[in-house]
Amino acid sequence: MLEISNLDHTYGSGPGAHHALGGIDLRVTQGELVCIVGPSGCGKSTLLRSIAGLLKPTGGTITLNGTPVDRTPDDLAVVFQDYSRSLFPWMSVGDNVALPLRRKGMDRGQRRAAAEEALEQVGLAGASGKYPWQLSGGMQQRVSIARALAYRPSLLLMDEPFGSVDAQTREDLEDLTLRVRNHHNMTILLITHDIDESVYVGDRVVVLAKAPATVVGDLRVDLPGPRDQITTRENPAFVHLRAEVGRLVRGMRSHPAAAS
Amino acid sequence: MRFLRVAGRLWLVPVVLVAWEVATRTAEDIFFPPPTVIASRMHELWFSGPAQHLWLTEGALENIPTSLGRIFSGWLLAGVIGIALGIMLGRSERFSQFVDPIIQFGRAIPPPALLPLFLALFAIGTQMQVATIVFGIIWPILLNASDGARHVDRLHLETASAFGFSRGQRLMRVILPSAMPKIFAGLRLSLSLALILMVISELVGSTNGIGFQLLDAQRSYDYPGVWGSIVLLGVLGYVLNTAFLAAERRILSWHRTANQTT
Repeated sequence: MLEISNLDHTYGSGPGAHHALGGIDLRVTQGELVCIVGPSGCGKSTLLRSIAGLLKPTGGTITLNGTPVDRTPDDLAVVFQDYSRSLFPWMSVGDNVALPLRRKGMDRGQRRAAAEEALEQVGLAGASGKYPWQLSGGMQQRVSIARALAYRPSLLLMDEPFGSVDAQTREDLEDLTLRVRNHHNMTILLITHDIDESVYVGDRVVVLAKAPATVVGDLRVDLPGPRDQITTRENPAFVHLRAEVGRLVRGMRSHPAAAS
Repeated sequence: MRFLRVAGRLWLVPVVLVAWEVATRTAEDIFFPPPTVIASRMHELWFSGPAQHLWLTEGALENIPTSLGRIFSGWLLAGVIGIALGIMLGRSERFSQFVDPIIQFGRAIPPPALLPLFLALFAIGTQMQVATIVFGIIWPILLNASDGARHVDRLHLETASAFGFSRGQRLMRVILPSAMPKIFAGLRLSLSLALILMVISELVGSTNGIGFQLLDAQRSYDYPGVWGSIVLLGVLGYVLNTAFLAAERRILSWHRTANQTT
């Protein structure tokens, strides 16, 4: 459903130019949850912003469901890391979730019902009348996940979605993501710098090298489901994959036995 | 407690009034009438009317609503034009570069200097006064609105693009609310400027209004009347500002609280 070929991006020009993406090839099939992991500043966000149509890459092509991405695709939603700046503080939680749905041609009642339903799915039933700043950080990120869910995108992009919350909340949100994914059979592309998280959440982990970013590893995660924060993480296969991804992120050669 | 706090803040007012009364009564200067004389003159001028007019006199009904009408129509007009233009300036780099010299020149002109021109253009009356007020007070609104619209959080705009907001939604639900705190700061400054310009324009060319009454009192050597008009204008300015702050607190409650918690 998503095809990226030879994606290249350079910020600026001349001697100050920054070559962020150096020819990325990636295919994501319907219903997959792909984690993209790489060292800080490797161009992960540039990749995401290109897919979302927020940035025009200097080279290569991106196709979503057969249509080239040149502006923001209609059926794509984004969850940003910085929930406090991504939610609108002047709107209630319900309005934040419901506002994007106008584009879907829903009337007021339908929008409200869809927002209510999405908020319930993320465990925030009854919070629609509150304002984002009345909620804790984890709850605000739930709101932005609800906003994305209500939008019913065919592709959900998540940019370090759990990077700004505490460890406990982070685990809750990871499980929430897995749950809603199973429920909606959505395709998700999740960007993270956390190796454990990428293996725990993903069906596939794609490792990017330092800028200019290229794909240096593409590992299938074959862990028994449903995943559990304790048992999955002590599974030898998990430990092994984590080490493998870690090596790739640090730029070491992949262990031959683990390459799949 | 609340009562005590208010009392603690206001105790100076009666002290000053009494001191003023004593000083003016001993000095017996006709230019400085005692506060009690001013108060009774104010009562006579504006508040001694018939009960069916809420005790307002002919003079009060003639002058006070006229002046208020000028302030509010000038303020409203300047608000609408200033916000619209300001947002355009803030969102369009090109447009901003193009008109910036005109704006810098326009706001450097002291508004009273334009009175002779407006007098010639509009003749004596409300039109000329409103024009003076609008020209004089539009700048803080315009510059604040453009500053607010220019500094919308990038992530707010990206969120709007990612979820495919229409141009209208982007403007009304993202850019305008996020510029609102700045716009309100401009509107508040403009409201007090509107009062000043209302008085100036009424002193120069008018046949009614509080400013005209002030001038009229001065011409007829009615110094308690002069002082009374000054006090009335002061009270008016205070009331307008207080009302505005109350409205701002309600409308921008998200801003105040959001900034406290983050």
